[in-house]
Amino acid sequence: MKIKAIAFNTFKEAIRDRILYLLLFFAAVCIIFSRLLALLTVGDKIKIIKDVGLSSLSLFGALMAILMGTGLVFKEIDKKTIYTIISKPIHRYQFLLGKFFGLVLTLFIMLLLMSFIFLVLVFFHTFKIEWGMLIAILFIFFELCLITSVALLFSCFSTPILSSIFSLAFYLIGHTAWGIETLIKKIPPGVGKTLAQFLYHFLPDLENFNFKTEIVQHLDIPSDVYLYSILYGIFYTLFVLIIAVLIFRKRDFI
Amino acid sequence: MATVLKIENLHKSFTLGFLLKKKEILRGISLSVEQGEVFGYLGPNGAGKTTTIKCILGLIFPEKGNIEIFGHPYLSPKAKEKTGFLPENPYFYDHLTASEFLDYYSQLFLMKKEAKEKKIKSLLRLVDLEKSADLQLRKFSRGMLQRIGMAQALLNDPSLVFLDEPLGGLDPLGRKEIRDIITRLKDEGKTVFLSSHILQDIEMICTRVAIIVNGEIISQGALHDLISEKILFTEVILSGVNDKELKELGECISGHGERTLLKVFKEENVEKVLQLAHSSKGKVHSLIPRTETLEDLFVGIVKQR
Repeated sequence: MKIKAIAFNTFKEAIRDRILYLLLFFAAVCIIFSRLLALLTVGDKIKIIKDVGLSSLSLFGALMAILMGTGLVFKEIDKKTIYTIISKPIHRYQFLLGKFFGLVLTLFIMLLLMSFIFLVLVFFHTFKIEWGMLIAILFIFFELCLITSVALLFSCFSTPILSSIFSLAFYLIGHTAWGIETLIKKIPPGVGKTLAQFLYHFLPDLENFNFKTEIVQHLDIPSDVYLYSILYGIFYTLFVLIIAVLIFRKRDFI
Repeated sequence: MATVLKIENLHKSFTLGFLLKKKEILRGISLSVEQGEVFGYLGPNGAGKTTTIKCILGLIFPEKGNIEIFGHPYLSPKAKEKTGFLPENPYFYDHLTASEFLDYYSQLFLMKKEAKEKKIKSLLRLVDLEKSADLQLRKFSRGMLQRIGMAQALLNDPSLVFLDEPLGGLDPLGRKEIRDIITRLKDEGKTVFLSSHILQDIEMICTRVAIIVNGEIISQGALHDLISEKILFTEVILSGVNDKELKELGECISGHGERTLLKVFKEENVEKVLQLAHSSKGKVHSLIPRTETLEDLFVGIVKQR
């Protein structure tokens, strides 16, 4: 109940933030721009529209999660609104989870809006509702939840600018970490290989949530791959949230 | 009377700057607050008043020491359910209206809908913000923010209220309104922990005080025990009397028109001043004996340190 109250207040605060609408506007522009891009490119126009549209959803969703998530806790401490909240009978983890769910709810609504624009655009070209796209969008949502938890973690001990840089780095590394797997295969055994193996297991692999190509190309995906991605998303998000709680519960609000 | 707040040997320091230099803010604070009293916590800026309150409310963690609220450990929800807090220069969620704000905070106490609505209405009435209930907090003046802050501090009908500089930055009318609310809380049997450096107000409303300087409690006790009731000097305002003759009996402070303000230190000289005024056919406008004030005590203590 207390988490719900904080989550709804966070949601109310977030949907009044202008940056959210700016990003939503650019996301809409990018999705619609995919139509123009399809005209200029050789190949299946529909696939280009779907590819660019889904990528826009993922990129702008991540930007929303990072730019808003990194200010979540910092703003409360900076503006001292946290003083009157923490002095109430509330545990610090409840506050943090409330913030997390509030932003996740905001991102969910934003993703719905962006998806609506995207699916309408696809519908005008195929004249059918592509339900398969919803699976790709669902996994984008899982990715956004994980990015939100990371942004929240950095927000617990750092300024919004630094937290944004760290979270953006997490996003970029997460989408390129698969390169380490190739590296492990190529380098000879030794310290370098061990280090690469450590990094491969430690760094996030956000490609686990990327089913865009498979779904656009109508490729078969085994159900255990979906299951693995869902569990990976849930456990990684939980892990990051637990670290955030551990840091936050020891923090002095000066 | 039961002890509602007990602090023993509280220590807190912060690390500052690039070299992480340690600065001790609280050096063994010990005090206790009894039920039903308005306890004044005085000290110059940077003495450690706000740090003490933040420790009590769990906003920062002390390195050493023990805090109990109503016999419970200070971080337990049971202790927090009975306390209210108004921070210094309060800043709240400015996108919310006054009633939305109180509604949000009441949810943190798991209040039922009917009780919540009734409480919010009565609090808005108490702080005279009924007409601004639907106004966003960003449009509030400083005085209004202080009053809505007071309302949120009283949402759970707390038995112990912490007020950190509640009178700072307010105009005389705003100060009176907050003072009246504190007096009302006292009449209702609530305990108030009031941190301030506005001594006149503390003197007016507090029953007991503690003075903190450089992180240490220098003096604490009942106000009438701390302040001497001995007359320090008598201020006499009179006219129609020769200044030269008056100077022999006391210190002439100022002359405004024909009037002279005289500070008389010896009691026997007061009688002589009155006789002189009578014999010179002058007029005595006022005669006020001055006892020691909290300000005198405070300034004396701070200067000694």
